[in-house]
Amino acid sequence: MAINIEKIREDFPILSRSVNGKPLTYLDNAATTQKPQTVIDAIVDYYTNYNSNIHRGTHHLSNLATEAHEAARNTIKDYINARHDREIIFTRGTTEAINLVASSFGQAFIKPGDEVIVTELEHHSNFVPWQMICERQGAHFRVVPFDENGDLQLDVLEKLLSDRTRILAFNHVSNSLGTVNPAKEIIKMAHDAGAAVLVDAAQSVQHIEHDVQDLDADFYAFSGHKIYGPTGIGVLYGKEKWLDAMPPYQGGGEMIDQVSVEKTTYNKIPFKFEAGTPNIVGPIGLAAAIDYINNFNFDELIAHEDDVLQYGFEKLGEIDGLKIYSQAKRHTSIIAFNVEGIHHYDLGTLLDTQGVAVRTGHHCTQPIMTALGVEGTVRASLALYNTKADIDSLVAAIRKALKMLGK
Amino acid sequence: MASIQEIQNSIIEDFSFLPEWDERYAYLIELGQKMDPLPEAYRSEANIVRGCQSTVWLHRECQEDKVYFKADSDSLIVKGLAALLMQVFSGQPAEQVLKADLTFFEETGLNKHLSSQRTNGLIAMIEEIQSFAAKCKNGEV
Repeated sequence: MAINIEKIREDFPILSRSVNGKPLTYLDNAATTQKPQTVIDAIVDYYTNYNSNIHRGTHHLSNLATEAHEAARNTIKDYINARHDREIIFTRGTTEAINLVASSFGQAFIKPGDEVIVTELEHHSNFVPWQMICERQGAHFRVVPFDENGDLQLDVLEKLLSDRTRILAFNHVSNSLGTVNPAKEIIKMAHDAGAAVLVDAAQSVQHIEHDVQDLDADFYAFSGHKIYGPTGIGVLYGKEKWLDAMPPYQGGGEMIDQVSVEKTTYNKIPFKFEAGTPNIVGPIGLAAAIDYINNFNFDELIAHEDDVLQYGFEKLGEIDGLKIYSQAKRHTSIIAFNVEGIHHYDLGTLLDTQGVAVRTGHHCTQPIMTALGVEGTVRASLALYNTKADIDSLVAAIRKALKMLGK
Repeated sequence: MASIQEIQNSIIEDFSFLPEWDERYAYLIELGQKMDPLPEAYRSEANIVRGCQSTVWLHRECQEDKVYFKADSDSLIVKGLAALLMQVFSGQPAEQVLKADLTFFEETGLNKHLSSQRTNGLIAMIEEIQSFAAKCKNGEV
């Protein structure tokens, strides 16, 4: 299906509402994306027609719910090209997926004196869990810095990698700057040093290539709500050999094989890592979102997003005193900026009164803000339904806000 | 000096003349810009009230059971909000500050509109003002 943005926008009901009496310009997609009607319908259909607990039921509704839940696992597996459905673990989101790996992989494989590497570009979710596990296991925490353009310093990574490196965790796309990291190259470097790799794909899986086998990622994590699906559902992909070798993350129902006073044995993957009644409807909604994306040619979607992004760089660049932070070699979906002498909170607030939704603050990336020497930024972030008209609205709103702030 | 309630009523009246939100923000910004600059000595670490997104400096004084405040912020909008709080509370008897029913945020609609008031430090500022008033009343400062 060719891209027809007007038609796409009609598929997302929220985009036609107004905010503060102005038509909504939604540019906070890196925080969360809006949902197409098909996702909303899939969720309503589940609760209306076949809500039931899954996996152990002997009745019709339970079978329907189990089938839909597991079919969703298969849809997600196909989208990221995993080898097996059992390599797809459902979590609450990217954060829980990373914590699961840090905890379970860490317990099994990270020993005192070992090293864990992350980057300065990480969201706190892919930073703090590793700091915590390093503290717990007595391992060393290493950080790869980024340069003045927002690119990772791969020469530093090369030096940090050693036979003590157990795992490298990095994001494919920076949520704060929009930098696209050269994931394949980085993963190969880590593998050559004998380290496993976790890719935080929260900001990449919906915007750029997302083939876990091609990347050769050991672990790959993302959130449903940033890819047009519901909140509260995330995905952890892990290579079977790692998942089999890792201990469970939480104990409870679903994750067990046999329980006795003497000893409990655990279920097979993925269920070993899915203790308790899962978010049943979440994967169903997420699969509906992926089905929606699959209606289109992904390359055309990306080309459209990039086109709007370039237009955004160009138009924002024309505003006096506006500084754009990322000049990375490769870039997607995010424009982070400040205007000289203007507090980001003031600008964000005045954009909101004009119906323009952006994010302001440190974006859960305080190490990046420290490196940039700022308290925070304004971040406009795109999704497939954004248009050049949205950029025009943003630019007009910024100009008006600057006038109000005496610029 | 006018009472806390009288001052709040006059703020509510001022805002009622400004039906559009951009006018209200322009007014807040103007209030912030007109506030007396905070002496450098008062921009100390001890005077910082942290919001998630902006920093507020709040200088506190207690004289004869009355509380006096001066404030500043790196955000003009937050500074405007601080200016309103100064109008309402600074120079009032500590006991009245503690008993005050803060109606003007609701009456002006500021509470709904500043959806992120927890993040802009406003709540933290009010808490600081009231806890200082309690100390002033109890003779702890």
